[in-house]
Amino acid sequence: MAELASALGTGALAEDRVAVATQWQLMWWRFRKHKLAMGGTIVLVAFYLVAAFADFFAYADPQESEAQRSLMAPQRIHWLDNGSFRPYVYALTGTRDPLTFKRVYVPDTSRKIPITFFGRGEPYALLGFIPSDRHLISVEGAKAGESLFLLGTDTQGRDLWSRLMYATRTSMTIGLVSVALSLVLGVVLGGISGYFGGFIDTVIQRVIEILRSIPTIPLWMGLAAALPADWDVVKVYFAITIIISLIGWTELARVVRGRFISLKEEDFVMAAELLGCSKARIIFRHMVPSFMSHIIAATTLAIPAIIISETSLSFLGLGLRPPAISWGVLLQDAQNIQALVISPWLLYPSVAVIVAVLAFNFMGDGIRDAADPYL
Amino acid sequence: MVAYVVRRLLLAVLTVWAISVLSFVIIHLPPGDYVTSYIASMSASGSAVSEGEATALREQLGLDQPITVQYAKWMGLMLQGNFGMAMEWGRPVSDVIGDRLALTMVISVAAIIFTWALALPIGIYSAVYPYSIADYVFTFIGFIGLAIPGFLLALVVMYVGFAWFGANVGGLFSPDFAEAPWSMAKMWDLAKHLPIPAVVLGVAGTAQLIRIMRSNLLDELRKPYVMTARARGLSEYRVIMRYPVRVALNPFVSTIGYLLPYVVSGSIIVSLVLSLPTVGPLLLKALIAQDMFLAGTIVLLLGVMTVIGTFISDLLLMWIDPRIRLGRR
Amino acid sequence: MQNDMQPLLSVRNLRTSFFQDEGTTRAVDGASFDVFPGKTLGIVGESGCGKSVTAQSILRIVDRPGRIVEGEIVLTRADGSQTDLVKLKSNGREIRSIRGGDIGLIFQEPMTSFSPVHTVGAQLIEAVLLHGAISRKEARLRGIEALRSVGIPKPERRIDEYSFELSGGLRQRAMIAVALSCDPRLLIADEPTTALDVTTQAQILDLLRKIQQERGMAIMLITHNLGVVAEMADDVVVMYLGKVVEQGSVDEIFHDPKHPYTKALLQSIPRIDSTPRLKLPTISGSIPHPFNRPKGCPFHPRCVSAIAGRCDTDEPPLQAVGEGRKASCFLYS
Repeated sequence: MAELASALGTGALAEDRVAVATQWQLMWWRFRKHKLAMGGTIVLVAFYLVAAFADFFAYADPQESEAQRSLMAPQRIHWLDNGSFRPYVYALTGTRDPLTFKRVYVPDTSRKIPITFFGRGEPYALLGFIPSDRHLISVEGAKAGESLFLLGTDTQGRDLWSRLMYATRTSMTIGLVSVALSLVLGVVLGGISGYFGGFIDTVIQRVIEILRSIPTIPLWMGLAAALPADWDVVKVYFAITIIISLIGWTELARVVRGRFISLKEEDFVMAAELLGCSKARIIFRHMVPSFMSHIIAATTLAIPAIIISETSLSFLGLGLRPPAISWGVLLQDAQNIQALVISPWLLYPSVAVIVAVLAFNFMGDGIRDAADPYL
Repeated sequence: MVAYVVRRLLLAVLTVWAISVLSFVIIHLPPGDYVTSYIASMSASGSAVSEGEATALREQLGLDQPITVQYAKWMGLMLQGNFGMAMEWGRPVSDVIGDRLALTMVISVAAIIFTWALALPIGIYSAVYPYSIADYVFTFIGFIGLAIPGFLLALVVMYVGFAWFGANVGGLFSPDFAEAPWSMAKMWDLAKHLPIPAVVLGVAGTAQLIRIMRSNLLDELRKPYVMTARARGLSEYRVIMRYPVRVALNPFVSTIGYLLPYVVSGSIIVSLVLSLPTVGPLLLKALIAQDMFLAGTIVLLLGVMTVIGTFISDLLLMWIDPRIRLGRR
Repeated sequence: MQNDMQPLLSVRNLRTSFFQDEGTTRAVDGASFDVFPGKTLGIVGESGCGKSVTAQSILRIVDRPGRIVEGEIVLTRADGSQTDLVKLKSNGREIRSIRGGDIGLIFQEPMTSFSPVHTVGAQLIEAVLLHGAISRKEARLRGIEALRSVGIPKPERRIDEYSFELSGGLRQRAMIAVALSCDPRLLIADEPTTALDVTTQAQILDLLRKIQQERGMAIMLITHNLGVVAEMADDVVVMYLGKVVEQGSVDEIFHDPKHPYTKALLQSIPRIDSTPRLKLPTISGSIPHPFNRPKGCPFHPRCVSAIAGRCDTDEPPLQAVGEGRKASCFLYS
């Protein structure tokens, strides 16, 4: 209490503010002190902005393939043009190296292509319904899709930066859908198990233990491989989320069950019973608010595992498949070591994965620490 | 104590049964069966398979019976040690799997040993000197390890090995030993190649275990019995290692139960990237070809190995925790 | 206070502080007292007044982030030499031999004072082996004897049991056995009976008295229970917010308290002869937050006799207020 008060300022006034603050305010104040958690949250907000406005952040059509542009290295951006801040790139001409017969891209220093921010480009529908043609990054005097390659291209000549933007959308949302499912399953089953105890508890406990001792990847591989190859992208997407959450709920169920069991013994629950509250009221009005914050923390910490699972499955070719775009799909190109050595930029999407997972972990840790009243 | 062992044993058996059902279900999920894909691949290469041939093939492979009967037959055969034929390969499944399952377990166990050997001392150090520079460094590395998916680390390792050293760091054996029969020399070759897969597999688990050990030990260090031990005149080293570490070891040991499935699971993908002759690449191919006996057997055997490992860890836990031995929870 | 004997332990001006990010807590803020051989010193005060930290400081087992900042703690060894415990190397050989060897310590919570995964015997034998070069077998026999001497029945069986297999009273006795296993000349008992029911409390106190008589051991009894102090102590030290506010023999303190805090404490005890149906007097206010220590005398905000202008600016030093009595209050200076 003292530390919290001191964070708000000194003196009796600060202590009073702490005394009347709601549970959520207290949590927020403690969360704020946790620098890594705040950092993680900011990063995640950025990621979800990209996910929501992917069309704005991308500048090229992610599906437009052009063999002529296959495996181009990321372009160097020149920031100063004759001393003033006017970034530009050189147009690239592809020539064939006479010795290796491999395609080599050489900057054509005679053609400068200036980069503009918030410029015009391909039209799209913002958030699905607002027509717009502004992009974060675009070029003047040429089509962005043909001249700008900030992260290079993949084997099919598609611009990696734009694909990365769209991949972020898919990968970040699949996590949310899957965790929502796990949450529902986990809270319901964990709650029943913890609150009613006895035989039901034992059965559910055993089921959880069995599920946890099965190696997940082979199971997922099996389930994912069983999906008919002719399902469209969206169906596959949802099928994958369901598959992943079928095992993921166990962790949340454990947390919920643990909370219910310890809360059942609390005096305030008995007091509520003695007052004549119905069971439902006791559960939802008295017990649930006590562990709501723990659930949020556990949920947040479950998401990174889901992201890694989806990325791994798609990387194997068993998860999302082209034409869907996710981080895992992007990384499929990097499977081949020889190709990777020649085009290391194919690994860049992995940075997004790592950063997202770290951010979720930091934020989840921060929430958990803020929610724990005993720290 | 006996009650505990019996309970865990029953649970293990139940788990194995559940895995067998799941494996079987997985195999039968895709529409069509082996014969359908056989026919498809035959017609793709130009030859046709007649109705009669198809029916005969189905009968031969027992694919025309109802599902429950097929399951029963399959389980019956399994228990006799007959794992059936890998249809694609035309050889008995046990032949095809061969060493691979054993090798999978070898790298999994190696990864776990590596994980423990690293996580235990680092976890203890971080708890005894919390918020020191070393603690922050370890926590940071731990987080990175947690965030990088296994296959990514494997990719990076391969890339680094290839690009900087021009060496192929994948595989578990040098070319001359790959097909050779087992010998001391081959074992030594295996041992030389183990470190990289073990480290790649173990890194994520290490990070988790360090966190668990650190937080458990931090909790224990605050407890009165540590002060009592000090008040008796024990040296600081003995005070920490003999008492709180010993107590914090319990939840640590119980993590093997969940570490093993995690590592075995991760080994599937990692071995794909590092081209290790384990069960992973085989499983992938089998699933894509919908080779029922092979895929199902692999999933089942992986599960069984894991359950056995978990059971052993339960016994281990019982051995070190007197509270379980004496029947008190 | 006895003036004719050499004190066994002499604490002078002890200051122990805890240095945290949020601020520094002066847990012990200038405590001075003596413990005499064969006598019991009772240290009384509310929770948080620094009693336990004093005990921990003596044995140099103060947890991080706490540290002894100032003062001296002089122990007279068996051979007559004197050692300042503050100056000893932290966790060095000498202080470790004193811990358990010259000074024993028992805690409030016997359940959590034993390791849950080691037998009682293991911890007992370990203590014995630490302070004497004898064989394991011999140590085990001594352990059994130690358990017997604290009144534990069937000690040969109990020695191999775990702490959770013993009842509360037996556990406390076992803890006393461990503390006494190497025959210390001073036993520090930190709230030894607080976690026990009244009957067991009486038994344990009897046990302590018996052992004291048998061995001529000094006891430093830390408690917030004035009844226990009245029963066991020869001399009393009253602490408030890390300072010694009054000191004297048990009779004098109880019948003629000098410091307003001591007076208020004694007044708040229900007595068999007090007027029925009268509200119990309490000390107004509450203990100030460690980061918010009042200026001047630490007790003045709650003191009924505070002198405005004096008590809120200067800190009263601990000075003699009678034969063998000391108090820190401006009423007497």
